Amino acid sequence: MILPPYADLLGMTVEEQADGAPVLLLPFGEPVLGRPGFVHGGAIAGLLEMAAIAALDQALQAEGGGRIKPITVTVDYMRGGRERPTRGIGTVTRLGTRIANVEAVAWQEDRARPIAAARLNYLIERP
Amino acid sequence: MTAFDPARFTRLDHYGHGGRLGIHYHAKADRWVELALPYAADQVGDPATGILASGPIVTLMDMATSMAVWTRRGVFAPHATLDLRVDYLRPATPGETVIGRGECYRLARSVAFVRGIAYHTDPDDPIAHVAGTFMLMDATAKGAAA
Repeated sequence: MILPPYADLLGMTVEEQADGAPVLLLPFGEPVLGRPGFVHGGAIAGLLEMAAIAALDQALQAEGGGRIKPITVTVDYMRGGRERPTRGIGTVTRLGTRIANVEAVAWQEDRARPIAAARLNYLIERP
Repeated sequence: MTAFDPARFTRLDHYGHGGRLGIHYHAKADRWVELALPYAADQVGDPATGILASGPIVTLMDMATSMAVWTRRGVFAPHATLDLRVDYLRPATPGETVIGRGECYRLARSVAFVRGIAYHTDPDDPIAHVAGTFMLMDATAKGAAA
């Protein structure tokens, strides 16, 4: 799994596989700082997007691959992201011929206490 | 006349995540604030096309709509993003600066309702449309959320 330049910019790495999708790790640091002491909501959205794409790409590769284009991204913020690493994972809820529905969740110390979640809809162009 | 002037909010250019992405002040009017996100190869989300990732667009719109809230309130006060939805109307053009125009269209006691567009040169031909809400951290919430 090769992450795009934006993921490298923020220092994201693929940590492990869990529940059939990669877990992405976003380290805390000045490049992701929002208001003092908190991770910027835009960086959290970026992690959720990368986790969603990683999960979708993996599912799509199993069916012969294809290109994906974002249609909508909706992010809910449940808790502030503090000065520590954040993890994210995507779940493909439906992989259709032309549309994929994906969910992604981000957490810090406890996956059962998410800091943010997103629903993402993608257009798929199969070869 | 408000006490908060987005054009003089210099913390924007050098601080944290927005500073790392190169986001800076662009323009303002009565009802909106605009910030600019210069194109950068290291913010690409799809190397095959050179199109920017969503993250920088979300950050741009979160910050532009935040500035609109502070401008409308006339004060820089902490708030937290409750939700933000982005509709991608067409792909951004690689190499071109993205302008984010944020508007606070309703300011309630505890919640600010915002919307905005992202575009390159023509606001009537937007790349993305956003809608979101912020919780005002200094508000004294009683009863209903808004």
